[in-house]
Amino acid sequence: MKLVIGIVRPEKVNDVLEALYRAEVRGASISRVQGHGGELDRVETYRGTTVKMGLSDKMRFEVAVSEAFVEPTIEALCSGARTGEVGDGKIFVVPLERVVRIRTGETDDSAVTPVGA
Amino acid sequence: MPPTVDTGDTAWMLIATALVLLMTPALGLFYSGLVRAKNTLNTFMMCVAAIAVATVTWALVGYSLAFDGTGDLIGGLGYVGLQGVTFAPNPDYGTTIPHLLFFAFQGTFCILTVALVSGAVVERMRFSAFLLFAALWSILVYAVLAHWGFGGGWLFERGTLDFAGGIAVEMASGFSALAAALVVGARKDYGRQALLPHNAIYVLMGAGLLWFGWFGFNGGSGFGTGQNSVLAFTNTLLTPACSLLTWFVLDAVRGRRVTAIGAATAIIVGCVLITPAGGFISPGWAMALGAAGAIPCWMLIDFRPRTRVDETLDVLAAHGLAGLTGILFVGFFANEGWNGIADGLIYGNAAQLGHQVLAVLAVPTYAFVVTFLLLKGINLILPLRATEQEEALGMDIVQHGEEAYITGEGALLITPDGDGEKEKEPAGV
Repeated sequence: MKLVIGIVRPEKVNDVLEALYRAEVRGASISRVQGHGGELDRVETYRGTTVKMGLSDKMRFEVAVSEAFVEPTIEALCSGARTGEVGDGKIFVVPLERVVRIRTGETDDSAVTPVGA
Repeated sequence: MPPTVDTGDTAWMLIATALVLLMTPALGLFYSGLVRAKNTLNTFMMCVAAIAVATVTWALVGYSLAFDGTGDLIGGLGYVGLQGVTFAPNPDYGTTIPHLLFFAFQGTFCILTVALVSGAVVERMRFSAFLLFAALWSILVYAVLAHWGFGGGWLFERGTLDFAGGIAVEMASGFSALAAALVVGARKDYGRQALLPHNAIYVLMGAGLLWFGWFGFNGGSGFGTGQNSVLAFTNTLLTPACSLLTWFVLDAVRGRRVTAIGAATAIIVGCVLITPAGGFISPGWAMALGAAGAIPCWMLIDFRPRTRVDETLDVLAAHGLAGLTGILFVGFFANEGWNGIADGLIYGNAAQLGHQVLAVLAVPTYAFVVTFLLLKGINLILPLRATEQEEALGMDIVQHGEEAYITGEGALLITPDGDGEKEKEPAGV
């Protein structure tokens, strides 16, 4: 089992969700994050105060999957989130030690497999 | 007897002018609530820009083209640069208030109308292109149609009744908005993603302030404190209230719930419906107008998002169609007993309906065609649209270098001295 974390542009969230759906990856958590990557800083001015905005808004996907779904998930994240410009985001894949489905107490692979699959 | 200034009329018109000016920032609030958070400031700024640009064009040429002389299609150049616009009343219009005040009152109408059109092109039109458009549109479309409807042009001389701007404000902005939406084109995500209002409270507050300002807009369009003004003022209360109730019913029938953004829209629709008719129809008919006139507007707002036309904030439905409905309504239900000018069809004067139909045919055609060609022309000099990446990032950051909802986290101060920025702790903004 792996936890696939994808940091993507906010405006690409719908595309990513669609790609995940097509890849039959069900179940994801999304959160709003701010971060700094290789993008150029934006300069903004508020009256006399000029600032460099070092942080950009991003959306963070967390998808816990069994081994067979790791590659499809990564592909879906890439295809949904890519624009080709700097700032498209990153994907991190980390090992998962345990997963528990709260409702049933199922663990591990059966817990990351969608209901009815 | 030369016209003399009446102090009571002047006092009211001073207030009414300020009320109408308030409508433009109110519209900014209304519009910016309806767009996505990343376009809040740009949307509001289009309304602010209308104040800047249209005031100047109005003072320089617009007012003169609208209100000087009785040319059929366009006025003269006698008042260009405000020459001759002084404390003495205009001999033809607003004869009991200073000419300067009449000019200012009419100017606030021009501003609002320019701002209204922006609703069709928000979230994608470049700001610089909009500034140029606003300047030219205020002269080529607004001033011309104001002349037709208010200022001695052919519709005015034939006897078409338009109390406060069903022609120059509502139909002009609505049908120009349709043309603008077609030329500028749909937002890149239109029809693919849900593009939802980001702040319903702005929308409601904007609608409330617009209604408040509309008492000056309609109530001031009698240019004094006479009976027509009082009638229009009261009708401005009655009609939108009835439109609200109709909207509640239609919303409830369709979705089993009454919606807040629907209610805000209903207020605008009701105010627009009564705009051309304010001082001409009885309070009873004003209520009927609000109740019945809201129906076609509701239907168009319900239908438009199913089309490929991204007329984003439904200016055509809320202003164009509602204004058209009000203009026609006058043709049927104008009552000389109330307005002292003319009867409509049901009171035995079928000719009045003919005059109204003429306006309904000519004005939308003129507004649509001229706006269409104007934007096509501007596009040759200045691109109308932001790029897809800019649209994705949001117009606030791209066009203005600001954000509406900013936390200041990760913001580094750039000091004015030295050749760059000094790394400091995040600056509060």
